[in-house]
Amino acid sequence: MTADPIWFRPAPRPTHIPAAPERPAPAQVAFEIDGRPVTVPEGSTILEACRTEGIETPTLCFLENLTPVNVCRVCVVELEGARVLAPACSRKVEAGMKVHTDSERVRTSRKVVLELLGSSVDLSTAPDVAGYMARYGADPSRFAAPGAPAATVAQPVKIDNELYVRDYAKCILCYKCVEACGADAQNTFAIAVAGRGFEAGISTEWNVGLPDSACVYCGNCIGVCPTGALMFRSEHEMRAAGTWDEAAQTRTDTICPYCGVGCTLTLHVQENDIVKVTSPLDADVTNGHLCVKGRFGFAFVQERPAPE
Amino acid sequence: MDLHVVGPLASPAERAGIESVVGPREPGLGGHASRGGHAARGRRDLLLPALHAVQARVGWISQPALNEICRRLTIPPAEAYGVASFYALFSLASRPPVVAHVCDDIACLARGADQLCADLERTLGPAGTPSADGRTTWLRSPCLGLCERAPAALVTVAGEEPRTFAIAPATTARVAAELSDAAIDISRADRWPSAPIPQAGDPALRLLARVGRVDPASLDAYRAAGGYEALGRAFELGPEVVIRELLASKLVGRGGAAFPAGRKWEAVAAAPEHPHYLVCNADESEPGTFKDRVLMEEDPFAIVEAMTIAGVTTGCERGYLYLRAEYPLAAARLTHAIAEARAQGLLGPDVMGRGVAFDIEIRRGAGAYICGEETALFNSIEGKRGEPRNKPPFPVQVGLFGKPTVVNNVETLANVPLIILGGGEAYARIGTEGSTGPKLFCLSGNVTRPGLYEVEFGATLRQLMDLAGGVEGGRALQAVLLGGAAGTFVGPDQLDMPLTFEGTRAAGATLGSGVIMVFDEAIDLPAIVLRIAAFFRHESCGQCVPCRVGTVRQEELLRRLVAGRPNGSRADELRLFDEIAQAMRDASICGLGQTAASAVGSALHGGLAG
Repeated sequence: MTADPIWFRPAPRPTHIPAAPERPAPAQVAFEIDGRPVTVPEGSTILEACRTEGIETPTLCFLENLTPVNVCRVCVVELEGARVLAPACSRKVEAGMKVHTDSERVRTSRKVVLELLGSSVDLSTAPDVAGYMARYGADPSRFAAPGAPAATVAQPVKIDNELYVRDYAKCILCYKCVEACGADAQNTFAIAVAGRGFEAGISTEWNVGLPDSACVYCGNCIGVCPTGALMFRSEHEMRAAGTWDEAAQTRTDTICPYCGVGCTLTLHVQENDIVKVTSPLDADVTNGHLCVKGRFGFAFVQERPAPE
Repeated sequence: MDLHVVGPLASPAERAGIESVVGPREPGLGGHASRGGHAARGRRDLLLPALHAVQARVGWISQPALNEICRRLTIPPAEAYGVASFYALFSLASRPPVVAHVCDDIACLARGADQLCADLERTLGPAGTPSADGRTTWLRSPCLGLCERAPAALVTVAGEEPRTFAIAPATTARVAAELSDAAIDISRADRWPSAPIPQAGDPALRLLARVGRVDPASLDAYRAAGGYEALGRAFELGPEVVIRELLASKLVGRGGAAFPAGRKWEAVAAAPEHPHYLVCNADESEPGTFKDRVLMEEDPFAIVEAMTIAGVTTGCERGYLYLRAEYPLAAARLTHAIAEARAQGLLGPDVMGRGVAFDIEIRRGAGAYICGEETALFNSIEGKRGEPRNKPPFPVQVGLFGKPTVVNNVETLANVPLIILGGGEAYARIGTEGSTGPKLFCLSGNVTRPGLYEVEFGATLRQLMDLAGGVEGGRALQAVLLGGAAGTFVGPDQLDMPLTFEGTRAAGATLGSGVIMVFDEAIDLPAIVLRIAAFFRHESCGQCVPCRVGTVRQEELLRRLVAGRPNGSRADELRLFDEIAQAMRDASICGLGQTAASAVGSALHGGLAG
């Protein structure tokens, strides 16, 4: 009598390729924006819903690759039944919510916020702000009186290294650079918000220069700065010399030549010189962030023999 | 994280201070590396206690001291600097060890603080000037919560045995004498002013029944006066019934926001995520408010008992009492009370032998009004800048250390034993339909008997002022500030307003934290309103634009009006003010920004300021 060696029999080959179990589709949430019924996946923010609906919403401290801090308050919307306005960038949609993006309260708050910023900060190199100001009829000059100018954050530009400058007279304290330097991208924590109230500002420890700080010059803070307060030294010097000409620049996407990670670089070229390097926010390797080599290590490309 | 810490090493005194909080250094821990790893990073919440320890030993926080803290707790120096520079009581520049913080806030202004500061400037030099021997200096300070004895000053003496004591009422001669005494004799025992309440002994008192009658340092005396009966009863009833009674009592928060306390307890008790935390908000910093200070100084066991009831009812094993640093006597008495309760098994792993664990830790603020906002308070306990968080999520869902948290004001908690012992429905019959229970009011300014008063909800402003003996010296009343700097000014025609949540709301005013600050006809009210505007500019955390810049623009506009130099017409300025105020109210992250224009606006529209 022999036992049937059933356990030696190989399992039949699968007739289909095994796949991960199907994920349930995210639940949909129905609510209203400006009287229109809208349905979005659960967990979406009001800002995401507005963008799907084609409703333009101003943002300054929001960026897709950073955790929303909702401090600039320029994206506020009105929720029916709520005592105060809500930041669209971080407020999650709830079923039955009735959102107003262009009510009197929303327009007033957005306008005043832009005026408060415009009256205290140099926004001359902030690309989006002029459009927002025009849209909301903001007039930052109305806080100043003859003989009594409105307080500003004006201060000298910090130039303490070869790679980038920090012009905190242009800083709106959006916290983006702190996030990019910290847990959202670089994990270097070289800068933080210091001080309090109107005197608060971005600072290294004890305000030491960048060479004495923990800064690794990845430049991810420049990549996220919405106002040009953080700027390539090359751009800063060209602007000072009056030679910066964005219209004359081309943008070329390429792959960083240094290591094997393969980050996408966007080379900003003016008159055959690389003047700035960025990375697209939607690049899946970088999410817009780079390292010191990719961002600043381009000088070798344009080494030219000295003229005879 | 690659911790980048360079520079000289901390002095022995600085290190001793730091080690008193975070423990001795492990042998071999080098000067330029942190080996604390995850365990050290997990104690980020010790950052403020460590900063306090250095400040108390040395009088200021040097770069080497901050670096040492960063090494021990694995905190990036930029972040630690950001935190230390947020709190007004931490000095990051060399400063004499003995400092008189002289209050120049509104309640003290109404009682001569401007004159006091002017005299000090003349005799000691401008605020911040070190004395000839470099041992002492004086500084201006926002409200110290000693308003019933205004004008007030608080002296901090740094050293191996640091001390803090109050001078109230303060005179130029007393401040100068205390400064020189403190500088010479640092071993002298602390002297505390006694804090009697005008109503002491009144049998109708509930919240203040023991104040001035029962020794605040004796647990036996507290128990003999009925203490800890409520905790025993709470154990008998069980959490569900306790919460039901609390809901039936309709008790709402006494810190200013008036949220139903029972709903918070119910939500946290039911929260599936653990651990749960309890926070007692004792960061009483609203100018003119001193009710919580009196409760904590004079009846500390009641707060400890009430916190224990809250803790065991909502499933918290740990409670934090976040106390403003300006209250050293409250800190001393609460510390003593907690130790006594622990020694008698009323706190600890087995509370009252019921097999339930609960303990309390005191955490001190460091000079930031904003930390009275509950989410800013959480960040402060966690060792961060006291910046409020966006809500939702609410503390009952995501609170301290990201866990479900009950946060109650001191006075709110003080009501809990009454509700447990007397029953929720009986409690709800006290006061009015919309505002139940007894209520504490802080009377200050130009009244005959400033102090803390307890009445049942429903009393009118006139009745409260009569309790305090009316306007001092029989002078005419100019205005009353209700609710503090975040409150509203009301005129002499509104004295019959019932001081209930619904009554003040109907009159367009606010009860806030129970401040009644009285200004007589002789007071320079525009100066008071300007001080309120300056207060908000100073206390804004700076996080969101409407508050950070709005409080500055509000102060500038007010200065123009008070100086009689409006930009355009007065009506133009009022229109501009209203727009700033609307944006601050609508778009600010937290209650500070949302109410920063309230008192100023009520003064402007009431014609009280320029």
